[in-house]
Amino acid sequence: MTTLTKPEAEPTPQESEHFLSVRDLYVQFATEDGIVKAVDGLSFDLDRGQTLGIVGESGSGKSVTNLAVLGLHNPRNTTITGDIILDGQELTGASDRTLEKLRGKKMAMVFQDSLTALSPYYTVGRQIAEPYMKHMGASKKEARARAIEMLARVGIPQPQTRVDDFPHQFSGGMRQRAMIAMALVCDPDLVIADEPTTALDVTVQAQILDLLKDLQQETGTAIILITHDLGVIANTADDVVVMYAGRAVERGTVRDILKTPEHPYAWGLLGSIPRLSADVDVPLAPIPGSPPSLLNPPSGCPFHTRCAFTDLVGGDRCSTERPQLPAGRGSACHLAQDQKRDIFIEQIQPRLR
Amino acid sequence: MLRFLTRRVLGAIVILVAISAVTYFLFFVLPANPAELACGKNCANPDVVHAIKIRMGLDQPIYAQYWHYMTGIFTGRTMPDGQHCPAPCFGYSFADSQMIWPELKDRYPTTLSLALGGSAAFLIIGVGLGMLSAWQQGKTFDRVASSISLLGNSVQIYFIGPLAIALFVNNLGWLKNGSDPTWTSNPGASLNGLILPCLVMSVIFWSNYSRQTRSLMVEQLSEDHIRTARAKGMGSKYVFYRYALRGAAASIITIFGIDLGSVFGGAIITEATFNLHGLGTLAVESVNKEDLPMEMAVMLFSASAIVIFNIVVDAAYALIDPRIRLA
Repeated sequence: MTTLTKPEAEPTPQESEHFLSVRDLYVQFATEDGIVKAVDGLSFDLDRGQTLGIVGESGSGKSVTNLAVLGLHNPRNTTITGDIILDGQELTGASDRTLEKLRGKKMAMVFQDSLTALSPYYTVGRQIAEPYMKHMGASKKEARARAIEMLARVGIPQPQTRVDDFPHQFSGGMRQRAMIAMALVCDPDLVIADEPTTALDVTVQAQILDLLKDLQQETGTAIILITHDLGVIANTADDVVVMYAGRAVERGTVRDILKTPEHPYAWGLLGSIPRLSADVDVPLAPIPGSPPSLLNPPSGCPFHTRCAFTDLVGGDRCSTERPQLPAGRGSACHLAQDQKRDIFIEQIQPRLR
Repeated sequence: MLRFLTRRVLGAIVILVAISAVTYFLFFVLPANPAELACGKNCANPDVVHAIKIRMGLDQPIYAQYWHYMTGIFTGRTMPDGQHCPAPCFGYSFADSQMIWPELKDRYPTTLSLALGGSAAFLIIGVGLGMLSAWQQGKTFDRVASSISLLGNSVQIYFIGPLAIALFVNNLGWLKNGSDPTWTSNPGASLNGLILPCLVMSVIFWSNYSRQTRSLMVEQLSEDHIRTARAKGMGSKYVFYRYALRGAAASIITIFGIDLGSVFGGAIITEATFNLHGLGTLAVESVNKEDLPMEMAVMLFSASAIVIFNIVVDAAYALIDPRIRLA
């Protein structure tokens, strides 16, 4: 790995163990109505070659977190505090120039809607070649050859001719492949995929996820996979963070989260997945209510307004005391450990079959 | 691209034929009788009036007159009185019996230069102001620029024209008073004489273009593909010019295409303000004299100019936005 500019403070050994460490991240937007706490004290780690799934509803702060990692927020109305340490380098408060050099080269992003996320005015090849020319100092010719190579790698047929096509001449799945090619053109160490399959057909979804996985095995990049679809992370992620109202409410391996989830919100997410094998007459069980306003989030546990199990916690702890997320596997919930297990086994699991 | 242009040119020809036909036939609905305007003292004698009518070709059926008129433009023709009128032939002026084309040829460079120069001026100044405002969004420059452009919007050419002459020509001596261009014989003086009229004419367009450009740029800068470009590590200036401006340019050009008519209108008022001799003043004179062939010729000429510029604008649009080419 090439050494980048050293951060002012040497990272503590504990932090440098991980390729990406996010510690106590707060992202706040100043709006006319007040301050929106989009991310509210989030921490997670990611190692090379690993995939971290970040799951949550719309507005739970998933995308904002990752835009903050890349430094793509609007500096005029956004305040970011906390630490984002990528390969030993502190990214919060880093200058635009520093971030510009890292973006596309060391960390890259795959966006959700490839039709709007690619510029309609330039050919796919040019858009792939651009960061290669900028970061690798390649000539136009070399960059074009690289773009063709990348298109071939992501499985676009006849890349020599398709390289000169415009995004609107590609199908949705091909556009998403091209976007992945664009993100991977400089062999980044971290790829953030923000709902990369949401706008695609189910069959194409599987292809794209396989592609990401294959490319990860070839290059050993770390991937953050943002999604609201637990089905997507089931086959791709190693670790999972469940986010609610800008906070991580549960953390664990993908097996933990899918087989023995502990947080009532994670139960709700699992319960809302339609199953082909389910009885057609049994309605889906959506989570009641709607996501809280981040302008004025509920006191205590942010999920208590929608939680069916607050009665089992003594007193009004749920509405007054913010539950902490333990390090490693665990969930931010006031329910006792055996209560969580019993409720899941007795009430939740039978509904999931 | 070739197919696109062919289609647009064919469409333009249809439009021009329609315009010419409608204009030509409309003149015959008018109460004015050209023969009676030309007969002078002898109007009491019906034979004289009839002779004039035959000389002007007015005894023929309207469609035949129209046919001779239109073919004359492309091939030239022999007028009913036996004189030859070389192509492009727009006939004779009823007012002074002079051929129309030489007069037109004399006048159009002024109007065309004004329209082109004025457009260039307001595109550069208006779009430039808008881009700076978008770049400085919310800062002092943004606010000052929007106030200045509002000022531009609320003045008129015939008001600022004399003021500008008094200031820049008479007091400061920086610029020359407006004069008709003679591009072939004296390009330097022609340019010099057009700077002030073009700038004055451009003022009324500044505010529209700077405001439109600003909002288009701000809108473009919030697009997803801008974020993608930044996520690739492209610099903010690069993104601003290559991505945002490219997107805004398509819309700016569309607005320009719509404004072409008012550009010619502005050129006419500017001609009058700066005492220039262009098509605008020619049109007004010919209307006052009920000089139908001259009105017709000016009308056809400016309509053709607008249609041609529209094709240029559409072609530019297709070059900027690749999605148009196939559509």
